[in-house]
Amino acid sequence: MRSLQNQPHLLELAYEATHKLLRPFRRWLKPGGRVERFFVRAEKMSKGPLFNCRMCGQCVLHSTGMTCPMNCPKEMRNGPCGGVRPDGGCEIFPDKPCVWVQAWERSTHMPLYGSEILKVLPPVNRQLHRTSAWINDFTGIAQQPPRGWNK
Amino acid sequence: MRSGSRLERVLRSGRFAVTAELNPPDSADPQAVYDRALVLASVCDAINATDASGANVHMSSVSVCALLTRAGYEPVMQVSCRDKNRIAIQGDLLGAAAMGVRNVLCLTGDGVQAGDQPEAKPVFDLDSMTLLRTACTLRDNGMFLSGRKLDAPPKLFLGAAENPFAPPYDFRPHRLAKKVEAGADFVQTQYCFDVPRLREFMARVKDLGLHERVFILVGVGPLKSAKTAEWTRSHVPGVHIPDAVVERLKKGKKDEGKRLCVEIIQQVHETPGVSGVHVMAYRQEELVAEIIEEAGLLPRRRVRAETPADKKETVAK
Repeated sequence: MRSLQNQPHLLELAYEATHKLLRPFRRWLKPGGRVERFFVRAEKMSKGPLFNCRMCGQCVLHSTGMTCPMNCPKEMRNGPCGGVRPDGGCEIFPDKPCVWVQAWERSTHMPLYGSEILKVLPPVNRQLHRTSAWINDFTGIAQQPPRGWNK
Repeated sequence: MRSGSRLERVLRSGRFAVTAELNPPDSADPQAVYDRALVLASVCDAINATDASGANVHMSSVSVCALLTRAGYEPVMQVSCRDKNRIAIQGDLLGAAAMGVRNVLCLTGDGVQAGDQPEAKPVFDLDSMTLLRTACTLRDNGMFLSGRKLDAPPKLFLGAAENPFAPPYDFRPHRLAKKVEAGADFVQTQYCFDVPRLREFMARVKDLGLHERVFILVGVGPLKSAKTAEWTRSHVPGVHIPDAVVERLKKGKKDEGKRLCVEIIQQVHETPGVSGVHVMAYRQEELVAEIIEEAGLLPRRRVRAETPADKKETVAK
């Protein structure tokens, strides 16, 4: 299933389609209830095997080349660290490819959201860990940076 | 002028800046810091205090900076995201500014696995980019990330790191653009041993117009021997040393590493868009003065180095 990640354009279309599909139901997409429990389970089952999702609750896959940045051992959300090995391997786990080398490569095949990788993302809201990213997306809390965040 | 930083003044005046790295001691004796600072201060504009580089614990960067500012030196405080969360980091930034630190280098930091205590918990609450923007928030908005107001915002000249010598190569200039967007005023790069690659990177940086928005200091340093070079490139994350360099060190005389460093500085100096060099001479601090002199970057403004004995006077002022 992981090989689907090499079809980033397909995945961004799927993302957009899901967004459109869920939008009319956003009134019912509220945290804390049965709906959220259902979404959490569904996200674990879909994004888990596909992206090795870590359930950070604020999915930014479309901004990171459809590659989950929480899989980076440093959880970097804004690009690769300086330790990437010459063969594109991870600094910390040499046998694994750097998440950001993959993200960059995939983002070049994403006509819809590819350029999002150039935007500065705010720090992770650790309170959202293990909650539903889709619900957080519709309530707006996922996109909300810390209150003092410059711009 | 954003910060009252001496380094900022040198860079804005258009002079070619020189910074050097001070390796913090494994000691509780302040004299160890002063001894190391003394050999660097007369030939460079600012001294970087590393923050447990390579994930090995040494005297902390914030305390090295406290000692350096007391003695009248100009430090660049390195802050890494590996060991501290956003609460600790914001507190340290305020404290450092209160002690007279005017330059901060925002880093993600090497993974704990690189050091001698790999069993430690890696924090990485922020990354280098969000750390930069956080420091910017304190300085420009005068508030913490939470939105709580500061009575007196810290005046800081904000630095970032970049490594033009690690993949993904074509993303690197864009990543630098992101750092500028996040608030970087200056950049210090990883060791440069591959000048052609640096030139390629700088050409892309110029295309993006970044050289006009951020001062770029290129990292350089002497390699002791071919053996050190081999060890460094296989053990120190992110250091790219081409085979030709290792070959040259094998064939060359004892001080070939120093000569190579001087040559690289001269080539870097001629590279369009570069504002200075950052000398990292791990355990060879005594070489820094000779290197800077032989590269033709002297005389620099003399920095009056006070001994700790003069310290009382400084504090009294």
